[in-house]
Amino acid sequence: MIAELGHFALILSLCVAVAQSTLPLAGAARNHAGLMTLGSAAAIAQFFLVAISFAALTHAFVVSDFSLKVVASNSHSLKPMIYKISGVWGNHEGSMLLWVLILALFGGLIAGFGRNLPPPLRARVLAVQAMIAVGFLLFLLLTSNPFERLYPPPANGNDLNPLLQDPGLALHPPILYVGYVGFSIAFSFAVAALIEGRVDAAWARWVRPWTLLAWSFLTGGIALGSWWAYYELGWGGFWYWDPVENASFMPWLVGTALLHSAIVVERRDALKTWTILLAILTFSLSLIGTFLVRSGVLTSVHAFAVDPDRGVFILLLLIIAIGGSLALYAWRAPTLKGGGLFAPISREGALLLNNLLLTTAAATVFIGTLYPLLLEAVGGGKVSVGPPFFNATFIPLMVPLVAALAVGPLLAWKRGDIMGALSRLKVAGAVTAVALVLCAALAWGRPILGTIAMGFAVWLAAGVVTEIAERIRLGRIPLRQSLARAGGLPRSAWGMALAHIGIAGIIAGAAGATVWKEEIIHVMQPNETMEIGGYTLTYDGVQDSRGPNYLTRKGLFSVSKDGEPVTKMYAERRRYLVGGQQTTEAAIYSTLAGDLYAVVGDNDGQGGQTVNVYYKPLVPWMWIGSTLMVLGGFVSLSDRRLRIGAPSRKRRKPAAAQPVPAE
Amino acid sequence: MTRKRLRLYAVLSGLAMLGIATALVLSALSDNLVFFHSPSDVVENSVEAGQRIRLGGLVEEGSVARSDGTVLFAITDMKTTIPVRFAGIVPDLFREGQGVVADGQLDGKGNFIASEVLAKHDEKYMPPEVADALKRAGHWKEGEGPEGASYK
Repeated sequence: MIAELGHFALILSLCVAVAQSTLPLAGAARNHAGLMTLGSAAAIAQFFLVAISFAALTHAFVVSDFSLKVVASNSHSLKPMIYKISGVWGNHEGSMLLWVLILALFGGLIAGFGRNLPPPLRARVLAVQAMIAVGFLLFLLLTSNPFERLYPPPANGNDLNPLLQDPGLALHPPILYVGYVGFSIAFSFAVAALIEGRVDAAWARWVRPWTLLAWSFLTGGIALGSWWAYYELGWGGFWYWDPVENASFMPWLVGTALLHSAIVVERRDALKTWTILLAILTFSLSLIGTFLVRSGVLTSVHAFAVDPDRGVFILLLLIIAIGGSLALYAWRAPTLKGGGLFAPISREGALLLNNLLLTTAAATVFIGTLYPLLLEAVGGGKVSVGPPFFNATFIPLMVPLVAALAVGPLLAWKRGDIMGALSRLKVAGAVTAVALVLCAALAWGRPILGTIAMGFAVWLAAGVVTEIAERIRLGRIPLRQSLARAGGLPRSAWGMALAHIGIAGIIAGAAGATVWKEEIIHVMQPNETMEIGGYTLTYDGVQDSRGPNYLTRKGLFSVSKDGEPVTKMYAERRRYLVGGQQTTEAAIYSTLAGDLYAVVGDNDGQGGQTVNVYYKPLVPWMWIGSTLMVLGGFVSLSDRRLRIGAPSRKRRKPAAAQPVPAE
Repeated sequence: MTRKRLRLYAVLSGLAMLGIATALVLSALSDNLVFFHSPSDVVENSVEAGQRIRLGGLVEEGSVARSDGTVLFAITDMKTTIPVRFAGIVPDLFREGQGVVADGQLDGKGNFIASEVLAKHDEKYMPPEVADALKRAGHWKEGEGPEGASYK
């Protein structure tokens, strides 16, 4: 009964979305206030209806209602509660429902917090948002109905893929989706601006916080996925340039470019058509990502059940959305008036360079991801494009980006002084040189590439510190005044500094983990020891035990350093009772200097166990760096300048009148 | 700085970037493209030893053996079988009779030296028509090849 209610609510939300996608548009064209406000009411109604539907599905998972097909094939009554709930989005139908829920949530947020938007713009944005919703609701209802009944209902379910039964992965999809789908707002704003034929600083001020919000979540989602791959899959890596990883990385790259170009629109009223294009491309890449992982073109843990109809349907949606918006762009963009001028060496110029490099990098990733599909489609044989391709194309493009990243923020708007900026970076340059020498000495005999990467990381971090020090005039005025200035810096300045320092952390961690890693594969007998990364690892044998829904064999290790015991750790091989699948749980001992990482394989029948041990220097810096990036996004989001249009409770209370920024 | 000149600079730098990207992509593609072959392909097309390829098929029943950290097994498409050596830990879903893709090269003596072994993530997520075909013919249907297998 509850499931039928959910199904009904979903159908109803489709009707509401159809109304929302048309009537406000007509209202905006005829300047009819009633029709325009209808958009907001419809957006909120649509959100509540989809939320009811989602709640109904969650209920079915929580009570293990196996008469629903998705529950029966993806859940089990023995499963811990958290995985029953995460099972809601651990399957194709439920994850698409989550997608639509987040889409509707963003529509509702615009309706709720967008009261100070000009009514025609708001009406158009909500209408575009609803058009996307119509497409995806149709997709859900026609090809992937989550409320499909099963008769007769089975006594128990098939269980969730054990790899997905992990706390990190319970959170990964919702966070990633908020990022993916959050870019729909930038897209809707871009399309609405094209319809209106007007883009100005106020528009950019509107788009930026939403983009920033989506970007922060996408960054967090990707980092979480990478972290999961690192500790759960047991292959010791964190990024494989797998098509599904690239699917989330491409919108991230272009979204990062959008984030930066929107600053130029906001501050200098320039790069307008380019920013519109980036907004369209970012969401288009989100859609392509959804297509890649959901259509079954690629089989992976993300591609759940595969049904050719679904692929065709998403492809159709993709063509309509991307083709339509790009056609609109080609038609309307030339009518947008150009904005402020700037010299090539200027903050705008630096941000443009950032944009060019990021979009070019996204293009190379795009080619690498889709080339095998294209080649196969034209009968050119089956190929795979692996990590070497991406390393050979992506890294060379990131080198100038990172090198320039330290300089860009020191350039003035409109006309910058490159020599002045470089002379202010003298200290940063000296620090980098010292770090390079130190690194080379410490890592003598190891690949020089690692040392170079560390140099870039230090250069970037020192550049960020220089920028902040310049702004607070550190060392040139009394410290107390400098600190007062630091307190007075806008939050967005701190946000930028955090995010950029985060990149330095990621560079250091990624380089340490790949270039400087040590690896040993060996069949170990109990009490045998091995030396790796300065640690002595003793294998203590195996121990069998039982988890809530699996049996596990633990390989026990004692770790010591210079004769002193450091820690004990264990790696597991789990066998899940319901599906019989096997999973590997790595043993990880993590310090700031690096991770000791061990995985146990099969036993050789004589008491020995295949053991794969890695020492990966600096890995935690990658996770710290990603966290700083996300944090930077949120700190920046809390900047007062961006409050206009961003979710903010204070604005809505009449008592706490917030100073409204000029413009 | 006039508007025209600014546009010129922007277009030129965009084109330069495009050129760099094209050069990078082309050189990387020519070096790093890995072709997928079934065991029969390998024999029929006489793939050269030392060339990096992906070999896909089923793990032959009864072929898996282990010696000091090295896993020995055979990949078959029910017509041709090629012995494979892999030093490392095979993925969780590696099993006799299951689909597998190995990345590596031939050693010239008819053996395939794998540097990576990728197994399908989960039998449950295989396309139903492939699973059916597999059951009917006892055959891993070629056509669900390299990008089908993945670590993730």
